[in-house]
This record gives sequence, C-alpha cells and structure tokens, in this order.
Amino acid sequence: MADSKIIKSKYFFEEDFTEELAEVSANKYADWNKKELKVVGKPVSRVDGYDKVSGSAVFTFDVILPNMAHAKTLRCPHPHAKIKRINTKKAEKIPGVLGILTYENAPKISWYGKSFLFDPHLRYEGDEVAFVAAENERIAEQALKLIEVDYEILPFVTDAAEAMKKDAPKLYDDGNIRGGKPSVYERGDIDKGFEEASAVAEQTYKTQVEIHNPTEPHCSVVNWDGDYLTIWDSTQGVFSVRDRVADVLKLPASRVRVIKKYMGGAFGAKLEAGKYTVMAALLARKIGRPVRIALDRREMNLSVGNRPDSVQKLKGGATKDGRLTALYQYSYGAAGAHPAGAGCSWALRTMYLCPNVKTEEYTVYINAGRARPFRAPGHVQGFFALEALIDELAEKIGMDPLEFRIKNHTDRDQVFDAPYTSKLLLDAYRVAAEAIGWKNRPQPAGSDAGPLKRGIGMSSQIWWGGGGPPAYATLKLNRDGSVRIIAGSQDIGTGTYTILAQVASEVLEIPMEKVEVLLGDTAVAPYCGSSGGSTTAPSVSPAVRDAAEQMKAKLLSGAAAHLNVSESQLVYRNGVIHTKGKNKKSMTIREIARKMGERVLVTTGKREANPDGYAINSFGVQFAEVEVDTETGKVSVKKIVAAYDIGRVLNPKTLENQIHGGIIQGLGFALFEERIIDRNTGKVLTTNLHDYKLPTVKDTPQIDIRIVSKGDSKISNTGVKGVGEPAMIPTPAAIGNAVYNAIGKRIKSLPITPDKVLTALQS
Amino acid sequence: MKKKSVSSSLSRRQFLKGFGSGVAGSVALNKIASALPLQKTLEKAANDANRTPLNLSVNGKTYRLSVEPNRTLAEVIREDLQLTGTKVVCNHGECGACTVLLDGEAVYSCHILALDAEGKSVTTIEGLLGGEELHPLQKAFVKKDGIQCGFCTPGQIMAAQALLLKNPRPAKEDVLEGMSGNLCRCGAYPKIIESVLEAAKTD
Repeated sequence: MADSKIIKSKYFFEEDFTEELAEVSANKYADWNKKELKVVGKPVSRVDGYDKVSGSAVFTFDVILPNMAHAKTLRCPHPHAKIKRINTKKAEKIPGVLGILTYENAPKISWYGKSFLFDPHLRYEGDEVAFVAAENERIAEQALKLIEVDYEILPFVTDAAEAMKKDAPKLYDDGNIRGGKPSVYERGDIDKGFEEASAVAEQTYKTQVEIHNPTEPHCSVVNWDGDYLTIWDSTQGVFSVRDRVADVLKLPASRVRVIKKYMGGAFGAKLEAGKYTVMAALLARKIGRPVRIALDRREMNLSVGNRPDSVQKLKGGATKDGRLTALYQYSYGAAGAHPAGAGCSWALRTMYLCPNVKTEEYTVYINAGRARPFRAPGHVQGFFALEALIDELAEKIGMDPLEFRIKNHTDRDQVFDAPYTSKLLLDAYRVAAEAIGWKNRPQPAGSDAGPLKRGIGMSSQIWWGGGGPPAYATLKLNRDGSVRIIAGSQDIGTGTYTILAQVASEVLEIPMEKVEVLLGDTAVAPYCGSSGGSTTAPSVSPAVRDAAEQMKAKLLSGAAAHLNVSESQLVYRNGVIHTKGKNKKSMTIREIARKMGERVLVTTGKREANPDGYAINSFGVQFAEVEVDTETGKVSVKKIVAAYDIGRVLNPKTLENQIHGGIIQGLGFALFEERIIDRNTGKVLTTNLHDYKLPTVKDTPQIDIRIVSKGDSKISNTGVKGVGEPAMIPTPAAIGNAVYNAIGKRIKSLPITPDKVLTALQS
Repeated sequence: MKKKSVSSSLSRRQFLKGFGSGVAGSVALNKIASALPLQKTLEKAANDANRTPLNLSVNGKTYRLSVEPNRTLAEVIREDLQLTGTKVVCNHGECGACTVLLDGEAVYSCHILALDAEGKSVTTIEGLLGGEELHPLQKAFVKKDGIQCGFCTPGQIMAAQALLLKNPRPAKEDVLEGMSGNLCRCGAYPKIIESVLEAAKTD
C-alpha cells in the first residue's frame, strides 16, 4: 500500500493545458459497483447546509478582525488616459484616513505582463488609480473624492473590429492584436473539403460580453504578524493566490497563508490573485493594521473579469448523405485592456467528425475591463455559432438536425488523435430526444400558428473536466474513530465538502456525521488545484478515496497486531474489524484508535495518473422548448431536457442543483445579459444589477435531467467527470435553435432580445 | 438596448413598491449629503456627539445604539451588531440579498436608513433560529438543497419567511411572485422553489 511515483501530468484546465510534476498514487482499488454503494451516489444533504441557512457561515466578506481598517479603490473614470499629476494631500487630512497608495509611493510590481500594479497609463474605465485605507468604508469613499488627479485623456477604442484597424488608437506600442497574429489550427485540406461538399452554409454569429457578477464581491481581509501574512480571500484557488502574493511581495510561500472557507460565487472570476489583495497587503504593512477590501457592484462590473465577446464567421460543408467535409472558422474577440484568452474554436475542432478543419482566431485589446475565464470559456460562445451552423447545414441537405449530428459522431478526439475513455453521447441524444418530444416539433420551422409560437431546438456539448494530478488529501483519524479530511481544494458552492465526506464515509463505512472536511487553507492542507475547469470532483475525490483506503489498511494492520492474528484472517465491515470463522473477535475503529494512545493515524491520498493514450471528455446534449410571442418579441424558455455522460454521480442532489445553475446562467446569456459600452464615451452603461439583467426565479424553466453514464473506471478510482461547465455550454445554442424552429428566422447574435426578434420577424 | 422580460421587471418593481420607507430613506440621504459641505459632513461623521441615538429592536432584543443618520439598516446590522448573516450584494435595492423582516414585511435593508427602523421589529436570518435549532423553513432549504454558494441564501429565506407569514399555503405561482425580488447568481431557483413549497407543507 501507499505506493506512489512522480510523473509529468498534463491535462486541460479551462481552455489550456496545465502541465506539472505530480506525485501520483499507484494503488489500485476495485471499481465501485453502484448497487453496493451506501453513501456515494445518494442524495445526501449538504454538510455545510446548516452554516449556509442559519447565517453562521462566515464568508470572506464577513470576516471582522480587531482594529481592522477598510479600504476603497479610486478607479479611472476615462476609457484611456495617463496620470499627469496626482495629489493625495487633501484626502490624507480627512480624520479617519490611515494611508493612501498610488503609483508614486507603491512598489513597482509587474502585473498583466506589460503593466503594473499601479500604472500611470490607464487603459480602461475602472483601472486602478489609488488605494485608500480608513477607519471605515464611508470615510475611505469620501477620501477618494478628494484625491486630485490630472488626467491626459487619450483616444480610445472599445470595439474589437475597430481596434483591429491599422489607424485605431493603440493600447500597447506593438498594436492591439495579441501576439500580432491570429492563432491558427488546421487539419486535413480545407479547400478539398469544400470541393467535396454538396451543400455549404456560411454565416456570421456574434456573442456579447457577459459579466460574472457573483453575489459575494471580490474581497480580501489581510493581516500581518511581523513578516507572516494571513489572507482571507474570496477565491477559487487558495494556492494560486498564495503563490502570486508571495511572489510579488518577495516572501517565502511559508510566510503567506490563504484561507477560504465559504465563497459567494465566482464562475471563473476568482481564479487569480486580485490587485486589491496585494494593495491591501502593502497598505496593511504600512499602517500596521489589518485591512479589509471589498469591491462594490460597479467595480465588479468594470474590473474583475468578463466573458469576452465574439464575432465568428463560420463556413461548413456537407455531402448530401450528411457527412461533414469541411469546417472553417474566422473569429475575433476582445480580451479587454490586458492579455486574456478570447478564443472560441474548440467546439468546431472537436465536436463532430470532420477531416478538414481550419480556424483563425484573433484576440484583440480594447479599452475595457480585462476578460477572465467564465464558466466554459470559449465553449459557450463557440457552441452558439457551431450548433446554429450545423442546423443550417442540416436544413440545406434536408436532414433531421439530430440525425445529422448522429451521422457525424466520433469516438476519437481528432485534435490529439486519441480515443475517448468513454463517450455515451448517442445514449444521451436518444433519451433526451424522447423526453422533449423531438418528433413533434414544428416542421417546417415557423409553422406553429401563433401568435405564441412554440419551438424546439438542440445543442450537443463537449468539455474536458477529467481533472488529474496533482491533488492530495490528508485523512486524520481521531481517537474516537471520527475522521477529518484536509485538502487544499475549495468548495465554491458546488458541494465539494459534501462529496468528499461521502467518499470517506463510503470507504471507511462510518456515518457522515463522523467525517469532517477542511478545505481552502494553505497553511494546513496539502496541495490541490484551483476550483475551475470542472476539475475539482474528478481530481480530488480519488485522492480522498486513496487516503481512506490507506487508512482502512492501517486499521486492519492495527487490529491484526492487537488480536494476534494475520490480516488475511480479518474482515472489515461497517467500521468494525472481525476475525473470520467461529469464535469471532472484533475491534471497532474507535478501539483501535484508542489502543494507539496519542498516536493519531494520518494518511495522505493522491490522485492517480490519467491513463496514457486517451482523451478524457464529458459529453451531453440539451433540448430547449421555447415560446416566442410574435407580438412582443419576448422569448420564454418553457422546458430544458439535459442528458449527460459525466462519469459517476457522487451526489444526485447537488448534481441536479449544479446543472440547474448552468442552464439558468445559459438562459441569462441567451436572452438577457450583456455588458453595454457607450461607443461615444467609452463608458460602461451596465454597472449595476438593474441595468445588467440577470435571470430571476420567474425565468426558471421546467428542467428534466438524465444521466446516462456510470463511473468511468479508466479515469480514476471514483470514475468522475466534472459537470459545472458542461451544464452551461449547450443552453444558449439550444435556445437559439429553438427560437429558429419557432419563428423560422435565425437570430444570429446574443442576447436574443425582443427588439431582435421583432426585427427578424419583419424582415 | 436590452430589454428584460416584461413580467420580471414589473414584478421587481412591484416588490420594491412595498417599501415606502426605503424609498423615503434614500431621499433623506441625498438631502443630508447635499445640505452640508463635504468636510463638515465628515467631521460630523467622525464626531460621536453628532450621532443620533437609536433604539433598535432586532431579533427580539433591543439595542441602544448611537449612529450616524446616513447609515443604512444593513450597515448597522452587519457592522454594529455584527450579525453578518445579512448580506450586501448590490447595495442598491436590486438583488434582495439583504432582505430582513420589518414588522413581518420583507424589506431590503441596504435601502432603508437604520433610523427609520426605530420602533419597529427587525428580524434577521439569525432571528429565525431557536438557540442552535434551525427554523422549519431553514430545514426545508437544507433538505431540498435550496442553496449553492449560500451568499444569497439568508435573503432568500427571509423573503420566503415574509411570504409564508402572509400566505402559509402558497401555490407555486405565489412562490414565484414572492421570491422574484431575490437574485441567485448560481441559479438555484428550482430548488429554492421546492424548498419554499416544502416549508409550506411542513410548517
């Protein structure tokens, strides 16, 4: 037992490969048989439910420290400017102001590659100008108003297409196109592919900028004890924050502790250390007091990430019998003012069997807040366009869109030329099509009588979400037989505390009440990756199983020693160890633990390596039923059927909730949400939750979820694939296709607002 | 321009309509801010003598406080009483995260001055507990998983409590109406609806 080795681990995290050395478990465990499982796979209620419903859950936003000061940030009111002069004297004189940082007195810390923590060159409305700490937030806010800044106002550009033009105002000396050229992918021969096609569809699709708007603002509370820095942070990755902060402050990682117990949402916006965290640490050190910084809603909408927009020119070709021969994508999207990914071609490259593919993607700088990963980055945008094109091609060759997709199904990843560990998409198509009543959809499109026209549309989905090493979990056995799991992962609202407790409870055959889980503390927990990319459950749950299985082996060894028998004579059942045969002797976990005196048993489990030569992906499909009011242009989503291959379900209750959430976010993206910038002033118009429209409880459709997979034993000892991102990917595309089916007109840009629907109906 | 579905935006406004004092509060705040030069306002804020005494009844207990007149009920609940179960998300009366009960009615506590709560009974999420025991409504949210990240949850539960006080046996449509002033960015709405209906069944 406890075999391990160190390997080079490479897997997808969000849209990129992550590659690290990882110590992996070499232990092999029997596959779980669903029928024999007692806790895993059951709809167990959240273990942190009490804290969250009672108000006792302390989020970073709620942390109160003795003598704590409160900070606020002065942000640039212009889309593009340089600071000519800054004067903080008046602000400093306000009673209760404790300290102010600007580029003049703060250390020059490199940020976003070509910029700095405080940069006198301000590239978007919301860029950081000064940071003030005061006795309370209101005093800090007043101080911001008294900081005098002379700005040199510069020409700006807030539209990607404009920014790509030669004479556009430049954000950086080397131009507005990231890397100076497009990112190109090619396989086969695209020209030959179009020659072989008997039908070709060509179309431009657009998606908007979406803002994460998690409920808990981005916030940190920082506290120095001499050279030891503790940070409570609202983050998806405690280790990523620790490493970044330690790096820029030139501290040993051991002197920085990052804690996150509860976090009020993030969706990708809290994967990296915030500037505000480092600013708070710098100022806290200077004033000798703990500092709390919490962004307000306006700042959230300007400065801490968004899903980049996209303009996607797609062209596809197919034969008469429904074989895709060529797929081409030319696209661009705005990264905002600093480097970020705005690509969205993975959908087209990987979803369907197609030998000839070419993509050219530009990431463009504009004078607006920088993009960050947002739940299934690239995929949500890419699928909206690809799935519309697929429907258009199907119509051109006169084939059922579902049949067309089935015809172009592939069991191999075509980018890396490897088989999938599992792909049950065909099963998902079948059950979901039946559940929505696919055969009864209006045909042809737009044929429903109206004025309320019903329509049904679909979209497939692919994502990575297999996770991988390194991910570690420590299991401590207490003297009374209860255990504690300690892991450097995070529960971001998905139920990680609960599923990890379920895994330990299952293996050790002890009640859930005897398992406690501690996550999100770099001082005490072994490393796990950030909670993103739908990797948390697939990376961390196998490490917990490994730790629990090792603990079980230790308990057997302990019982054998105490009972003077060989381990082979012992049986472990319901947390009790028995000898076989007659004259049974037994020991409980508690008894073994107590016999060991103060020696607490500890094991550390490790995520095993991913299998060589395979691609690990999740798959699914959503069908949407909509009703379009042809008099008002309003679209209502009536029903979504979602069917998924996501490996093993650890907890159907939290899984359903997560899928609901993805669908509702997808619905918001499809119909309501949009960051709007006034092109004349370069200022964002949608900076609060009234102007930036989120779905409400009334927009909730009926949702029917079907899981077609069991555990995927090729991946890990728990056989889990992540579901967080897959849940959102197909929703906007399915709604878009359903709207077409309802009205017979295609809305090619998101969000599908009533004005667009009415315009399309009149065209 | 973007447009919200007609029914939803209407319902949000209707929800707001209930808070006469909240709206009046923000007007009062503007008046105070414009009546005094900035420096003077700040000096007054920093000076204890310029605070106003406030007897605030929260969760059955009366607190004798002294607060600046421009502070919101949410600020006083979170900062002075350190009852951090009440959350502030938008601070503009748009999302419902700060919902508390004022004499049994749901109000956005970020949108009402603390002074306006004098003489009224405030109930926060902590006030639903009986000692460490969860209220049946809170239990229903755990049982039906009407939670994801948990940050909007206290506001959701307080809005549900106000609904159930008025209408102990709501139909699903009533729940949609009663809960439409509370945003959940995680999108836990289906299970929030189930939780409220469950509580109505068991209460």
